[in-house]
Amino acid sequence: MNQMTSLSSLSRSPVSKKQAASVEFRNVTKRYGNVTAVDSVSFTIEPGQLVTLLGPSGCGKTTTLRMIAGLEMASEGQILIGGRDVTNLSAADRDVSMVFQSYALFPHMSVLENVAYGPTVQGISKKDANEMAMEKLEIIGLKGLEKRSPSELSGGQQQRVAVARALVLEPQVLLFDEPLSNLDAKLRRRVREDIRELQQSLNLTVAYVTHDQEEALAVSDHIIVMSNARIAQTGTPRELYEEPADLFVADFIGDANIISGEVLDEGGAVANVRIGGVDIQLPRRGVGRGPVKLAVRPDAIALDEGSAASGKLMGTVKKASYLGTQVEYEVESPIGELFVVQYGRKDPIAPGTPISVSFATQRGIAIIPGA
Amino acid sequence: MSRATLGWIVLGWVGFALLPWYGFDRTAVPTLTDYIIGGSALVHGLKGAWWLLPVLVPLLMSLRPAALPSRPDNSTWLIASGLTGLALIVLQGFTIGLNGWNLDILKVISGDNGPSQGGMGYGAALTSIAFLIVLCHGLAARGWCRGDAFVTSSIGIVVALIIVFVFFPVSTILASAFADNNGDFAPLEFVTKFMDRSIWGLDCLTSDLRCGVAWNTLFLGVLVAFGTTALGLAFALIATRTAFRYKKLLRVMSVLPIITPPFVIGLALILIFGRSGALSSVLWEWFGIPRSRWIYGLPGIFIAQLLAFTPIAFLVLIGVVQGISPTLEEASQTLRAKSWTTFLTVTLPLMRPGLANAFLLGFVESLADFGNPLVLGGNFEVLSTKIFFAVVGAQQDQGRAAVLSIILLAFTLGAFWLQHAWLGKKVYTTVTGKGDAGIPLPLPRRVALASYFTAIPWALFTVGVYAIILVGAFVRSMGRDYTPTLEHFLTAFRVEATERGFFFSGSAWDSFFATIKVAGISAPLTAAIGLLTAYLLTRQRFSGQRSFEFGTLLSFAIPGTVVGVSYILAFNVPPIEITGTGFVLVMCFVFRNMPVGVRSGIATLSQIDKSLDEASLTLGARSATTMRRVVLPLLRPAIVASLVYSFVRAMTAVSAVIFLVTAEYNMATTYIVGRVEAGEFGLAIAYSTVLIVVMLIAILAIQLAVGERRLGRRSASTSANPVAAPAIP
Repeated sequence: MNQMTSLSSLSRSPVSKKQAASVEFRNVTKRYGNVTAVDSVSFTIEPGQLVTLLGPSGCGKTTTLRMIAGLEMASEGQILIGGRDVTNLSAADRDVSMVFQSYALFPHMSVLENVAYGPTVQGISKKDANEMAMEKLEIIGLKGLEKRSPSELSGGQQQRVAVARALVLEPQVLLFDEPLSNLDAKLRRRVREDIRELQQSLNLTVAYVTHDQEEALAVSDHIIVMSNARIAQTGTPRELYEEPADLFVADFIGDANIISGEVLDEGGAVANVRIGGVDIQLPRRGVGRGPVKLAVRPDAIALDEGSAASGKLMGTVKKASYLGTQVEYEVESPIGELFVVQYGRKDPIAPGTPISVSFATQRGIAIIPGA
Repeated sequence: MSRATLGWIVLGWVGFALLPWYGFDRTAVPTLTDYIIGGSALVHGLKGAWWLLPVLVPLLMSLRPAALPSRPDNSTWLIASGLTGLALIVLQGFTIGLNGWNLDILKVISGDNGPSQGGMGYGAALTSIAFLIVLCHGLAARGWCRGDAFVTSSIGIVVALIIVFVFFPVSTILASAFADNNGDFAPLEFVTKFMDRSIWGLDCLTSDLRCGVAWNTLFLGVLVAFGTTALGLAFALIATRTAFRYKKLLRVMSVLPIITPPFVIGLALILIFGRSGALSSVLWEWFGIPRSRWIYGLPGIFIAQLLAFTPIAFLVLIGVVQGISPTLEEASQTLRAKSWTTFLTVTLPLMRPGLANAFLLGFVESLADFGNPLVLGGNFEVLSTKIFFAVVGAQQDQGRAAVLSIILLAFTLGAFWLQHAWLGKKVYTTVTGKGDAGIPLPLPRRVALASYFTAIPWALFTVGVYAIILVGAFVRSMGRDYTPTLEHFLTAFRVEATERGFFFSGSAWDSFFATIKVAGISAPLTAAIGLLTAYLLTRQRFSGQRSFEFGTLLSFAIPGTVVGVSYILAFNVPPIEITGTGFVLVMCFVFRNMPVGVRSGIATLSQIDKSLDEASLTLGARSATTMRRVVLPLLRPAIVASLVYSFVRAMTAVSAVIFLVTAEYNMATTYIVGRVEAGEFGLAIAYSTVLIVVMLIAILAIQLAVGERRLGRRSASTSANPVAAPAIP
């Protein structure tokens, strides 16, 4: 039925923009035999948002994406796209397109045939299909290359063909499976910006899988961090970075020093935390009195070569590496070994120098609840 | 509820209420009313065949989801309807046979013989298929196989076909081995038949009497396996590791026996070494060496099978030899090993799995071979011929044939099991991808010499055999009268121009056209089912996939004679009564040759990235469309391979079809075997050359029709040799 409606709307006006749709998972589980790849996962992707599924390899993020596409079937739970239950619909019946990690361009077809494939198999006339394909190729900046075969394009161009092909049916939801992993580092940055720009200008709902946290932070409206087949935390990039829900997220998103501290008081929005003899004030995040773990970002630690002063933590620089825009230090201190990054054109501190350590309390340091 | 599901529900009703439920008696001429409504299950059921009426229940059940679309429990109704329907049809088909109740208990209970019914016809077939598809659609609606009705239906159909045409005949043969001639269960009789002296006797060791047929078969199999492996290795080494000038010729020679009907080589041997053979005559006339019958028996079969199966060993071993990385040999040399030591300690051990594979293949082929032992056997009996004579000979002992079949089946399955357990799958992988800068080591002198001394005389002999085949077709009588003549061709393929057009009066035309027809129908069917199966095996995941794979490959391991016997045992009585038709021949070929399609399909598909299919799916193409537009174009080499193979095998097979042919559907090979038995060697040879030429033309035509696959720049690397594929089962 769905194919029918999408077909009729397409033939009515091939250029009309469809409403972006939401994606909702309700307690979805996927099992392969005894292995549980996705374990009772629930989340909602709002229309027009770019949401990243982030996690280490094997955490179930690609399986989740493939369940949205209909390439895997949920063992339990419900999947809704645009409010409609699609749990048992096959991939061909869902209004969803996907850009594959390997691009999956058909090697026996030209660029144009590849992009026009979607409309052609929907029964749209070849002329209209080619028109739609050309339009998308133009958006993507590949006009003039449509006669080539995919193997005659560079990696970046192939990637854009894959995007054009996924866009051509103007799907309710667009899926990306690690789209940048086959590109070199320089190109990656540009392509991810292109994807973000495209998503915003066409108002698309996008689900995006990556294991690269920097990439996720750069492009997403929302990030869903997955670990061991479950969702570890959902939030905006900033929430995840500044208020990690647990040790895993703290460690996975960006670098973090996990250190121990003690909350001294009970109640109130702000907690007094003592770290190695130094007292600082931090958002409480629902933690009571007692020992806690804290995530401290490397750039939230300031090092000072000045002499020892009371109320300051003392340490020694063990290693220093000069990386151009920043200097990275390993610091030996009473609260453990610290990884510190300092930006700005300061002279690097030589290893062996005694220093005092202080924390920037506005951001970059957070209590980890429940750890 | 999709339109397709609805269509199948309608077809189920059509099969039940309109089409003739039973097959027609071949002698009667059906009228139009027999075709439509008159012979339908509904009419039969109302006229007294009450056992057909319960089928109405599942048909009515299927109407509920059709009438109330979009209800959540529709899938349950579809599944229930399909399952009940199939169960009812199978149940009534097997309980009520031509002579009443099939089970004695029912006869006792009802007190009489019970009702009788004939074999199923179009209506029953259509309704059964409809139930099957409805069931599969129901399962798809439940979310099976990613909710893809095409995939579930394909799996359902392939599984059903395998059950009907592989497992059903094999279980029938097992059952009849344990039964006496009245069809009653008699395990003691099985033991007696099984332990028979003519099967397991060892008299040849102690006296002049003959040994048991099982020992004969095993002995011949081992001999042939050794011979083909040694010769194949010699050829393979020459072709890859020497600067031999006529390598191309070796390749051509390796292809020739594949398109030669199996017994033609035996026939040529008779023409050379027989009592009135060319060589025998020369020896008698010039040197006074008396003519003898030595070629009939073990020596003759051995030579013929060596000639026929050496190319298979060659094709297997050439891949193995090429797959050995020269760098390994260079490494050995830099460690100061002499070339002979290197060959012995590095090259040969690396080839061990390949050698074992070639050995087992030779063994299995020898066991399954029927044509050569039939033509050359004399008093030396092997299992395959013994089975044949147990069925068609004076004894007419089907139980005995079944027992012999089980022994032969156990031998071949045992060999395949050994191959699988011992070698695993790594044997088939050849080195690809990484470039290897090494240069293959030239063969050590003594190995090279040994190879030349075995291979070159053998190659010359092969050429001689084929020359005889060619010459034999054009002379009056080999060994006696060498007058050139076209007489044989004229007898077989005379075409007379009459006022009413051309009249094909040659004696061979009937079987020739029948063969072309059957081969022409079965080849595309084989390729289609084989590739579909390969697609399901590589691209889909479903429970029971391993046993599914086993089922598809099983039919390859069953020797042709066993297939033939099992088909006549299974399909000679209702509910599936199809012996004597062209259909049974086609199905026989399809299931004997399908595994090659499966194999080459799997090999090609595993080179094609799975995300190509997925990309197509997410773009809204259904599985069927994806198959047609993405998978098939990339699968062209496999299509060519399986089309060529199944066509060639359908043209050359003799073992299974000899049981299934009728006057109406006589096959070329069985016709030729008949001519050989009648002593008309010239005619037989002439017909065989025609077959070889037809096959060559067909192979070229298939190549042209299917064409190359287009892969942009990357096309250079896909050089699939269509004839190399069949060698690896």
